[in-house]
Amino acid sequence: MKNLDYQQIDPQALATPTPTPPPRPLPEHKPRRARRKWEVFPGKNRFCCDGRVIVARQCGVLPLTLGLIVLTSGLFFIFDCPFLVEHLTGCIPVIGGVLFVFVIISLLQTSFTDPGILPRATPEEAADIEKQIDNPTGSSSSYRPPPRTKEVVINQQVVKLKYCFTCKIFRPPRTSHCSLCDNCVERFDHHCPWVGNCVGKRNYRFFYTFIVSLSFLTAFIFGCVTTHLALRSQGGNGLVFALQASPASALELVVCFFSVWSILGLSGFHTYLVATNLTTNEDIKGSWSGKSGNEDVGNPYSYNSITKNCCSVLCGPMPPSLIDRRGFVPSDDSVQTSPVEIELSAAKNDTNMVGRAVTSG
Amino acid sequence: MVLQNKEFHNLQELRHSASLANKVFIQRDYTDGTVCKFQTKFPSELDSRIERTLFEDTVKTLNNYYAEAEKIGGQSYLEGCLACLTVYLIFLCIETRYEKVLKKISRYIQEQNEKVYAPRGLLITDPIERGMRVIEISVYEDRGSSGSSSGSSTTSSSGR
Repeated sequence: MKNLDYQQIDPQALATPTPTPPPRPLPEHKPRRARRKWEVFPGKNRFCCDGRVIVARQCGVLPLTLGLIVLTSGLFFIFDCPFLVEHLTGCIPVIGGVLFVFVIISLLQTSFTDPGILPRATPEEAADIEKQIDNPTGSSSSYRPPPRTKEVVINQQVVKLKYCFTCKIFRPPRTSHCSLCDNCVERFDHHCPWVGNCVGKRNYRFFYTFIVSLSFLTAFIFGCVTTHLALRSQGGNGLVFALQASPASALELVVCFFSVWSILGLSGFHTYLVATNLTTNEDIKGSWSGKSGNEDVGNPYSYNSITKNCCSVLCGPMPPSLIDRRGFVPSDDSVQTSPVEIELSAAKNDTNMVGRAVTSG
Repeated sequence: MVLQNKEFHNLQELRHSASLANKVFIQRDYTDGTVCKFQTKFPSELDSRIERTLFEDTVKTLNNYYAEAEKIGGQSYLEGCLACLTVYLIFLCIETRYEKVLKKISRYIQEQNEKVYAPRGLLITDPIERGMRVIEISVYEDRGSSGSSSGSSTTSSSGR
């Protein structure tokens, strides 16, 4: 009777689930501290708090953004609020406070969240993809072959998937490689220097909350400061007197005046993007705007309903981070291949015995 | 009748004492957009190792799990709105629906490995460990095989 080559595995004897890396190094290996994956991350990112927090290497003008917001709001609370509370209503600092908290928290979340980075392909995966692509014969190692693309039909629209030479994968739809962070990011919107991070699938909603609440905050402070100065200059005192009495308000006015237009404009633009389920990247490239005059080109990802688009972008399920920053680097990955040969010869005798036992049985 | 050979008592030993012959990669299927879905096309390398139906069942179940995780509906809107009101701080406290489904998926894959794939010398890697790009199936070499590997598996067999 012919028996199986692989015997039944006893489920109770299974120690750990499938090929996840062991959380601690094996005792036979020399005691080397197990490294976490963030320590060997190939992209240009910086990690804090043992991998819990991720930032782009060039944090851009994030300190400036934070500084401006904190400074302006601080001046507002210290110099304008007391006057306004006295003359108008006590709600003003409360509203201001809530908006300020919203702005700071969403800013920090946008900056410190993984935007949807795609981990690079493992060597075996890259080799598998290479096999599937036609390689022009006689190409030298220094010659880079023409960009490889794959076509896919999504919602009756032909979408081209490009091959990323750095990450060695075919980029999924709407994914783009950020050169500043050197990572492929899913649903790549743009790399925002103000926030010091890419804006992608996972942190777009934080970014949107940030700019919307910032526009409210800026407009609110602008309005309050104007009211404050107007009230002060009443009674024949004049604007100059009011400014002399409260010089901080002048600074706030200038900052708010210049930022409110750009922030409001940005919020409006992103509201349009959310409503049509587009990314900044796609909008700028004109991917779906029918540039060749072909009216049949439309956004294949749109649900053709503003509410549904908004809900799916802002209220959709939160996808997990794919880069597993705090996981441990598998210590037996390179080791796995070498002892196999050793085991092979040793086990050969055993299997022969088994084989004989089986066939006789 | 099952022969308990001590060298294949557990999955760890399978990995270390059997030799890794090949890795088969099941790619993503993007025809439905950016949702996570894998191709159900049966790879030719697995032709002699496992039945087509078993393989397709596994992939279809996985696809269903991912569809459930990414479903946009009443519950996800509620989660989203609540999160928005708390400035998304709620994500630091509770486990999202996606994470719950990922745990279910990982249990399912482990179960499939134990029951279906390991006995055939195959091992499925959870796609989350490969950035949800591929389902990696490791093919272990048939040991002491006389060329007529499985196809055997399951059922009948006797006297072929």
